[in-house]
Amino acid sequence: MALDTTHPATATGTSEPPAARAPRRTSRPGGTRLWVKIVIALLLIVEIYPLIWMFLTSLKSNSDYLNHSTWSLPTHWEWGNYADAWTTGNIGLYVKNSVLAVVPALALMLLLGTAAGFALQVMVWKGRNLTLLVFLAGMMVPPQMILLPLFTVYFQTGLSGTLWPLILTYTGTGLPLTVFMMATYYRSVPRELFEAATIDGAGILRAFWTISLPLVRNALLTVGLVQFFFIWNDLLIALTFTNNQDLRTIQVGLLNFTGDFGATQYGPLFAAICINVFGTLVIYLFLNQKVMKGLTSGAVKG
Amino acid sequence: MHRVLGDRRAVLILLGPALLVYSLIMLVPTLWSLGYSFTKGNTIDGFTGNGLDNFHRLFTDPDVRHALWFTAKYAVTVTVGQVVAGYLLALLYVFFLKKASALIRTLVFFPVVLPTVAVGLLFKNLFQVGPQTGPVNSLLNAVGIESIDFFGSSGHAFWVLIVMDIWRSMGFYAVLLFAGLVDIPDEVLESARLDGASGLRLIRHIVLPMSFPVLMSSLIFSINGTLKAFDSIIALTNGGPGNSTSPLTLYMFQTSFTYSDYGYGSTIALLLTVVCLMVTLVVFRASRRDLTKD
Repeated sequence: MALDTTHPATATGTSEPPAARAPRRTSRPGGTRLWVKIVIALLLIVEIYPLIWMFLTSLKSNSDYLNHSTWSLPTHWEWGNYADAWTTGNIGLYVKNSVLAVVPALALMLLLGTAAGFALQVMVWKGRNLTLLVFLAGMMVPPQMILLPLFTVYFQTGLSGTLWPLILTYTGTGLPLTVFMMATYYRSVPRELFEAATIDGAGILRAFWTISLPLVRNALLTVGLVQFFFIWNDLLIALTFTNNQDLRTIQVGLLNFTGDFGATQYGPLFAAICINVFGTLVIYLFLNQKVMKGLTSGAVKG
Repeated sequence: MHRVLGDRRAVLILLGPALLVYSLIMLVPTLWSLGYSFTKGNTIDGFTGNGLDNFHRLFTDPDVRHALWFTAKYAVTVTVGQVVAGYLLALLYVFFLKKASALIRTLVFFPVVLPTVAVGLLFKNLFQVGPQTGPVNSLLNAVGIESIDFFGSSGHAFWVLIVMDIWRSMGFYAVLLFAGLVDIPDEVLESARLDGASGLRLIRHIVLPMSFPVLMSSLIFSINGTLKAFDSIIALTNGGPGNSTSPLTLYMFQTSFTYSDYGYGSTIALLLTVVCLMVTLVVFRASRRDLTKD
């Protein structure tokens, strides 16, 4: 198998760059090699500098921004840019809208998805594999395909002026991944546990609620985080269903920020981007292991 | 005992709500959208049937051809870029940083969770010429190259888009592929080394074949995502200059909501769905065939 070179041939392009480094790998001195240090240094600059630049720019006044070098520090630190972005730029309102749409959607999605995952994985009935497949098919459908009919329905039922279109659409589109991941997590929980519980008189619904939920608590957190990032960062659905300015979510608000604020206010614009980025950063830093695990385990079958 | 776990009423209570919401939000609209593609009009003016006109238009519309071509070009370039960059990073994590890679992994992964709109606006400013020269052009100036108007020509705008999307997502593929590489047993690597394989040969003959399944997963995932790319493009170039960086997703959105042509918009959405399905199936089958050869 090691000598089978036919199929990886398609991917040989990927091995070109290491080729240059390959000879050095044979000699293996003690510490980290110089080129590794250089690569890491470059990586750090590429990942971090844009964020530092963004943060510094968010503290510049307009004249500072336009007349001084892009590398320079602010001559005067304009913390007021943040207040401007939050109030005059409406970021506060947009964050509120996002929270009001994302939290109920997330709760509904997790509750329905976990129950469905339990029914599909733990319980025994005919047609459960087919049903799981039907849910999985949803992952392949581009959201564009469902936008127009949903728009029509929301318009005709008068839901358009509320955040309900977002809550419902996020719940529905998030279900395939949630159901699939929860079903996978339930696979590792032995069925005998639920059988025993029901013998003790618990009833299967009660077993689901009081026994299975605590067991998959970690999974719930992981799936919840992944879905949170997906729907918090969503633009397409929010852009389609929020034609009213007061309903804009944070992403739609940010996209239209320059338009609303006047194209010339760079400080507040960057402050608004920073609020978005550093808000996300805080959640990520606390829970990065869970986020990484969740996103990648969700991705493998995505 | 099967009676307990096979309780139909309980199945209905647990599964019913999810199935209902999923059907109403995903399944029914998908079929409904299919129906729209045989109509003309929109929610406000009403719909009238127009047979296969939309499909005829789809095949003759130069904008569709352009958008399809852009989607393909973009998806292939970003996919190759993401997976290659991710794989190189994963190799770096596993073979050079070893246990110390956690911090770098965390850091490189961070852009993955950032809102695409924020990243788009950030990159727009990083690469801008006026009113203030952004860091990238400043850097070019510093080494004696004149500023480039990155968003003035489609060629440059395309590459900024590519760079941004690779920056945004390489950490994700790095972690995904890292998980695949860590699974390769140490004994296999050790015995290959004893047999004299090292460096490039080790990677090509041992590491690449053994990480092939996870590479395929990455490819499927990446293609699936890049074909649907929308946020990053709308935030960075909004399809411009002209419509030169406008993929199918954006063309569909503009047709539907800027020109209120729902029927034709649905037809474009259908084309996008078919493309996604076909590409995924092709990649999936290719990976299956190769795996059985092992």
